[in-house]
Amino acid sequence: MKLYAGLAILGGMAALALLAPGLMGHDPFLPDLFNRYAAPSAAHWLGTDDLGRDVLLRLLHGARVSLAVGLGAALMALLVGGLAGLLAAWAGGVTDAVIMRLADALLALPALPLLVVLSALDPAMIGLPRGEAGADILRIATILAAFGWVGVARLARSAALSVLAADFCRAARALGVSEFRLLWRHVLPQLVTPLAVATALAVGGAILAESALSFLGLGIAPPAASWGNMLANAQEAVFVAPLVALWPGLAILLAVAGCSLVADGLRR
Amino acid sequence: MRLSARLVQILVTAAALSFVFYMLLGLMPGDPIDLAIMADPRLTAEDAARLRALHGLDQPLLGRYLAWAAAVLRGDFGFSRLFAQPVAALLWPALLSTLVLLGWAVGLAACLGVGLGVLAALRPRLSPAVQGLALLAQAMPGFWLGIMLIILFAVWLGWLPAGGAAEEGQGDWRFLLLPVATLGFGQMAAYARHAAAAMQGALGEPWIRSARARGASEMQVAFGHALPNAAVPLLVLLGLDAGALVSGAVITETLFARPGMGKLIFDAIMGNDYNLALLALLVVAVVTMLGSLAADLAQRGLDPRLR
Repeated sequence: MKLYAGLAILGGMAALALLAPGLMGHDPFLPDLFNRYAAPSAAHWLGTDDLGRDVLLRLLHGARVSLAVGLGAALMALLVGGLAGLLAAWAGGVTDAVIMRLADALLALPALPLLVVLSALDPAMIGLPRGEAGADILRIATILAAFGWVGVARLARSAALSVLAADFCRAARALGVSEFRLLWRHVLPQLVTPLAVATALAVGGAILAESALSFLGLGIAPPAASWGNMLANAQEAVFVAPLVALWPGLAILLAVAGCSLVADGLRR
Repeated sequence: MRLSARLVQILVTAAALSFVFYMLLGLMPGDPIDLAIMADPRLTAEDAARLRALHGLDQPLLGRYLAWAAAVLRGDFGFSRLFAQPVAALLWPALLSTLVLLGWAVGLAACLGVGLGVLAALRPRLSPAVQGLALLAQAMPGFWLGIMLIILFAVWLGWLPAGGAAEEGQGDWRFLLLPVATLGFGQMAAYARHAAAAMQGALGEPWIRSARARGASEMQVAFGHALPNAAVPLLVLLGLDAGALVSGAVITETLFARPGMGKLIFDAIMGNDYNLALLALLVVAVVTMLGSLAADLAQRGLDPRLR
């Protein structure tokens, strides 16, 4: 039930984000300076922002960016964290200790100040393209995954440890199955559920973190819309048009709650 | 692990972090002299080169780090470029302001959250409401809640200031109220959910049954027997959450324009103020680790089995 509710929320948002901008007549990037902070009307369902751009349309464009960052970061975290967790559980000993101490250290540190440092880096200095919106999304997703893998790795490790100790794994080993095949055919399929839970949580976490970074002006750069930078814009105008700040936050709330519901539902 | 071992571990981590931070700051675009050139059009290329040599900015990054580390070991943290003051002098007021914010937020969140959680465990009908509140609070960006509070209390009602810090002679609490509420709400909901789960677990234990059999009142059972045992997993959570709390404080300070560590770090990084950024980041990391350590120690105090 929770799973379907969460999937419906996320699916609905994704579908709207992909379809709606084409259906509506406005340009989300074109300023209309005679129409700033317009109240909600038939033409602009949620009103307009500080440059007279349609808020609903920018929300939907922001949904593309925020969901893409969330999904991208979570997939990278899944790949890195899943491999790290599996490796730690399988190898044990020093490898396990090194990986898990690193994870503990990352978990014990305040993430946001570190994210601020990482996002202030010059992407060109580490060989990434700079400036384009697509590159921005990739950059933020990578930075968030640098922290997001920890949660996935911990879940993957604890699940893999219990699977590796199970009788069917010992039986497979006794039959002389190669270690790679053991992990691939016998352990990994058992990890699908915990990994899916961890990924769903990582998507939600990444959406929240992206909004915080964009809010600080270090995430997705304008004029591209993201829920975080829309909030940052709206915050400056709370005395003029308080309602503009309401919608991006609600969108984040809905998306992250959707991810939590999916994770909760999968856990059962 | 013994206390001294933990302290050594924190020191080693801090030293390693100082290296990582220094390298990362070196990867940021531009250096302080670039900003000086932009600020003063009369600066010539020779001046810039001379200044770079004077401040050692023409040296390789590793050499600069070693020089910095040597100075720090002598107790010299350097000057702040932005504020033209010794870095250490800038840090204390900011750290104090952040700790006040954190202290109030955590204290209130822990009291209210545990209260709600205990209530939910004792009155199962209330449990869905607490779960719902927790889901909501965890999905909500803290700074958005802050904006909504500003709109409600500063814009519409006009009761509280929208941000800033108290000036001489003003009460500080009016400036603290909204940031504390913003930071505390998410924590409170998380504590409530975990307290409810921990209390439910504790209430199912056999010694609760024997306490009831001895004729202990429900109040005694809940607060005298179940809560102290439920508090141990809660403290684990508090320790694990130290990082998230500090992150929350950073963004809350930015939102409310409070002059704390968050704003200091942000300004220092944006202004290429290497000395200040480095020390502020390190202090924040060490404070977070000390917070986790304190939570661990409190656990041991509560649970003799852990000693």
